[in-house]
Amino acid sequence: MDLRKQIDKIKPHFEKGGKYEKYGPAFDGIETFLYVPNHTTKKGAHIRDGVDLKRVMMIVVLALVPATIFGIWNIGFQNMGEGQSFWAYFSFGAIRFLPMVIISYGLGLGIEFAYAIFRGHSVNEGYLVTGLLIPLIMPIDLPLWMLAVSVVFAVVIGKEAFGGTGMNILNPALVARAFALFSYAAYMSGNTVWVADAVADGVSGETVLGALGGNIMPNTSVMDMFMGYMPGSVGETSVLMILIGAAFLLFTGIASWRIMLATVIGASLTGLLFNAIGSETNILFNFPWWQHLLVGGFAFGAVFMATDPVTAAQTTKGKWIYGFLIGVFAILIRIVNPTLPEGMMMAILLMNVFAPTIDHYVIKSNVNKRKKRLQKVKA
Amino acid sequence: MSKDIRIKKGLDIKLKGKAQQKLSSVSRSKIFAIKPSNFHGIIPKLTVKVGDKVNVGDVVFYAKQNEQIKFTSPVSGEIKEIVRGAKRKILSVKIIADAKDTYKDFGIKSPSKITHQEVKKNLLESGCWASIKQRPYDIIANPDDSPKAIFISASATAPLAANPVFILNGREKEFQAGIEVLGKLTEGKVHLSFNPADASFFNDIQGVILHKVSGKHPAGNVGVQISKIDPVNSGEKVWVVQPQDVATIGKLFLTGKYDASKIIALAGSQVESPQYYKLIQGAQISDILDGKLSRDNSRIISGNPLTGETVILNDSVGYYDNEISVLPEGDHYSLFGWMPFFGNDKFSMSRTFFSFLTPKKEYDLDTNLNGEDRAMVVTGEMEKVMPMDIYPMQLLKAVLIEDIENMENLGIYEVAPEDFALIDFVSSSKIEAQDIIRQGLDLMIKEVG
Repeated sequence: MDLRKQIDKIKPHFEKGGKYEKYGPAFDGIETFLYVPNHTTKKGAHIRDGVDLKRVMMIVVLALVPATIFGIWNIGFQNMGEGQSFWAYFSFGAIRFLPMVIISYGLGLGIEFAYAIFRGHSVNEGYLVTGLLIPLIMPIDLPLWMLAVSVVFAVVIGKEAFGGTGMNILNPALVARAFALFSYAAYMSGNTVWVADAVADGVSGETVLGALGGNIMPNTSVMDMFMGYMPGSVGETSVLMILIGAAFLLFTGIASWRIMLATVIGASLTGLLFNAIGSETNILFNFPWWQHLLVGGFAFGAVFMATDPVTAAQTTKGKWIYGFLIGVFAILIRIVNPTLPEGMMMAILLMNVFAPTIDHYVIKSNVNKRKKRLQKVKA
Repeated sequence: MSKDIRIKKGLDIKLKGKAQQKLSSVSRSKIFAIKPSNFHGIIPKLTVKVGDKVNVGDVVFYAKQNEQIKFTSPVSGEIKEIVRGAKRKILSVKIIADAKDTYKDFGIKSPSKITHQEVKKNLLESGCWASIKQRPYDIIANPDDSPKAIFISASATAPLAANPVFILNGREKEFQAGIEVLGKLTEGKVHLSFNPADASFFNDIQGVILHKVSGKHPAGNVGVQISKIDPVNSGEKVWVVQPQDVATIGKLFLTGKYDASKIIALAGSQVESPQYYKLIQGAQISDILDGKLSRDNSRIISGNPLTGETVILNDSVGYYDNEISVLPEGDHYSLFGWMPFFGNDKFSMSRTFFSFLTPKKEYDLDTNLNGEDRAMVVTGEMEKVMPMDIYPMQLLKAVLIEDIENMENLGIYEVAPEDFALIDFVSSSKIEAQDIIRQGLDLMIKEVG
C-alpha cells in the first residue's frame, strides 16, 4: 500500500469545496508532517535553502535528547539511591516522566490543531520544542492535572492569544512554569518536590539553591553539580548533557551563540561582584561565582530558553545585551531575593518583555547613523 | 585610484551546470519580442502598429510617465503582433525579423568631444537609456535627474551568473568609450568594481574609480558596492549600468549604430553542455534552448536562479538578463523530508544536512520550496547574508505594515530587490523578501516619488 497514494485519495475531501474543508488545516498539519510538500517557488528566488521550521525545531528537540535521557535516569537514581542498574533507574524514571510528556504534547498539540482549524491557518511547529521543554523544567512530583492546567494556560494565553508561533512575547514553556509556580507554589518549591516520592520514601530532595536559600552551604561536590547527580527539575541538572546539546545547537547554526555566551558572561560578572562584596549574613554572597553556572536552571535556561528566537532580542547587538542582562538578573535574583531560590526563569521572562525595547534602541542607533549621514551631505 | 572592498557576510551557492567559457552564436530568430514588463513601472505608449516596418533603433514605444524614455527595435523587420492581456495591457510587441538588419543612423561621435546634452539625446533616441537604472527604487533612470555617481559592477557572484570579463572580451574599446560617455552624465564619479582576479583586464580603463571587490555573494551586487563606497541618502540618486550595456553604449557612439546583440550564459543542471551564446536582444527562448536540454520537467529562468524570472519557450530573453538558467522543477513530495541530516542532496547555510561535509560540491538544486510559508521565527539568518548596513528583518516588517517613515529610516532607498535575494533563499520561514521589497519600493515611488 502506497501511503502517498492513500493521502492523495483522501486529500480532495479536505481541500476547498471538499466535505471536510473545515478540517483542512489539521489534515495539512499531518500531511506536511509526513511529507515535505511539492510546493515550488512562485516568486523571488527560484532555489531555496533546504532548511525549514520543522527541521529547525527538530534540531532543538534532538539537542534536548541527552538532557532528557539523563533526566529520566536521574529520576530513578535520586529515588532509589546507589546500587541499582542503569535500566532500573531508567525504567523507574520513564514510568514517571512519560505521562508528563504525553500530557504536554497531547494537550498542547490538541490546542494548536484546534486553533488552526478554528482560525484556518496552518499548524505551526513551534510546539514540537515547547512540548518537550515544559515537562523538562517541572518538578517530577508535580501532579499531572496541574501540569495539564499549566500547559493549557501557556498555549492559550502565552501563545495563541498573541497569534501563535512567532508572535508570542513570552517563552511559552516558561509561562507554563511561572503559572504553575504562582498557582501551586507548594508543589513547585521546597525540599520534597524534586525527587520522586520524596515524602513517602523519606528521601531528602533538597536542591543546591534550596540549601543556599536556607543559608546552608551545600555539600554537593562540584563533579556532581557538573554531571547532574543531584535533585532538580527533570532536564536541568546535568550541565554536561546540556553542554552536549548546546554544542549541537551551535554547530548546526540553529541557536545564537551570542545569547549563550552573553548570558554566561553576565552571570559570571555578577557572581564575581557578589563574591568580592561578601556577606556574613547571606551565604549566597560567598557561593563561588562559577558554581552558580552549574546549579539550578542556569545552564538549561541559557542554552534552551534564552535562545528562543521569537522571544529573544532579534538584532545582533541586542542579543548581546539581552543575554548579558539575563545572566545579571538570574544571579541577582538568586542572591538578594529571599523568596525565590532560583532566578533564571524570572530573569528570562523579564528580558523577554524588554527584548523589543532593547531592539528598539539598537535599531535607533542605525537610524541615527543614517540621519547623520544625510545631514552631513546636506551641510 | 583603487579602493578594495571585502564582503564577509553572504553565501556562495554552487550549482551544477556552470557555463563553460566557450562562445557560439544562436541562429537568428524569426521573431523577436519586446516585453514592457522587463521595464519595471513603465506604462508603454505604442508608436507603431501591426504591419509597420522598423529599422534597428526605431522607436516602438515610449514611457507614458516620461515621453523622453524610448524603447527601440533590436532588429529590422515588420511589426507582427501586439500581444495584449487583461485590461488591454501590452504584454509584448512581436517583430518579424528581416534576413539582414538595417540600422537607423545615430551618427558617429567622439566620446571625448560631445556634450552632456548630446549624450543624453543619443541615448534616449537609440533606446539605450533603458539600460541605465537608478537607485533608489531600481527603475529606469529619470533623464532629468543628475546622479551623484554612476556605478558599474563587473563582478558577478550570483549562482550560475555569466562572467562579465568573458562577455566583454574583445570589446574593451567599446567599453572604454561607454565609460567616457557615461562620465558626461554625472558631476560626480563613475565607479567600476571588479573581482581582483580580473584586475589585468580592468586596470587600464580610464575615467573611472576602480574598486576591487572580493568575497561571497552578494559582493557582486552593485547595491552592496554602493553601500560600501558612497551610500544613497534620502533625496539622492545614483545610476547603475551593467558592463555589457556600457559596451553597447560605447558602440553606439563609435559606430552610430544601436547594436542590440549581447552575450548570455546558458547554464543550469538541465542544460546539455552549458556555455555562452551570442544573440540579439529579444530573441526567443525556444531558439536558444533548441535541443540543448538534457531532462524534462524544467524551469526556464531568464536571469540567474536567485533573481531571474520564470519564462516559457516562446518568451524572449529579459532585457537586463545576462543568463538563462534551466533548473529541474521541484514538484515532488519527500517523505519525512524535514528530518535533520536526511535528504543530503540539498544545500543549506545551516549545518542541518551532511552537505556541510562537502563545501566544494556543486549542487543540482530544484525549485522545491523545501518547506512551507511560516511567520518569521528564526532570527539572525537574514543578517548572515546581508552585508549592507541594513536591518533586513525590521525593514521587511516595516514594508509589510506600510510604515513609510520607518522604511525611510531603515534604509529603503539603499536597497533593491536583488539585495534581498539571498534572504529569500536562506529564510527558514520561506519569506518572499524580494517581492516584499519591490512592493515597498513601489509604495515609496507612489507616496514620496
